[in-house]
Amino acid sequence: MVGNIAEAEDLTQEAFLQLHRKIATFRGDSAFSTWLHRLAINVVLMQLRKKGLSLISLDEAMEPAPEEGPGRSFGAPDLTLTGAIDRLALERAVGDLPAGYRLIFILHDVEGFEHNEIAAMLDCSIGNSKSQLHKARLKLRDALRIGPQQEVRP
Amino acid sequence: MIDGKNTMSCAEFQDRMPELIGSGEKAAHHPHIQTCELCRALLADLETIAEAARQLFPVVEPPEKLWAKIESAIKSEDAGEDSVGVMQPN
Repeated sequence: MVGNIAEAEDLTQEAFLQLHRKIATFRGDSAFSTWLHRLAINVVLMQLRKKGLSLISLDEAMEPAPEEGPGRSFGAPDLTLTGAIDRLALERAVGDLPAGYRLIFILHDVEGFEHNEIAAMLDCSIGNSKSQLHKARLKLRDALRIGPQQEVRP
Repeated sequence: MIDGKNTMSCAEFQDRMPELIGSGEKAAHHPHIQTCELCRALLADLETIAEAARQLFPVVEPPEKLWAKIESAIKSEDAGEDSVGVMQPN
């Protein structure tokens, strides 16, 4: 989610410290794993905010600015992806996604969580999770279709 | 593009795609997909991306030294809390 191991280790430590501070507030309203995941995600989002990304809360992370959203896909069919996707290109494209889209995409498509689990973790609706995932995939498709070579053409 | 078979446009189909894909239904069996090359290509691309995502970001286990660091941070935080509010002898 943050793209580098040292920072991920710092955030792991911060998540455990938060867990230590807040565990007494766990009331069993949800599964402990869901509560813990939400706590860890909030630690990551706080860090992204500190780095200057315009994230205040999960709600805002879930609602990227309109200009960040993907367009409808009525492009020419000959611009579709063909064959296998280059892993590094896809990782770069995932890294460039708005944080809210990236979060849902990683939770669902990379880590394999179901929409109902994501909705519980992020305190959003299942429909919202599905919609954000779809938009994330559309944005990735746009990024992979354009590709770095075509972007620099005059 | 209007699908003559079920009069669903690409825009309407694409609006329904998140629910269609997310519900586990076979989106590829939808009548619109059978007749629309553009949306068929879009669906194939999204499935390719989802498939490729499983190979991304191999899980990195935190190193042992990190656990030691976390334990130490928790202990020092506890020690700090213990000292707060404790009356110091004159």
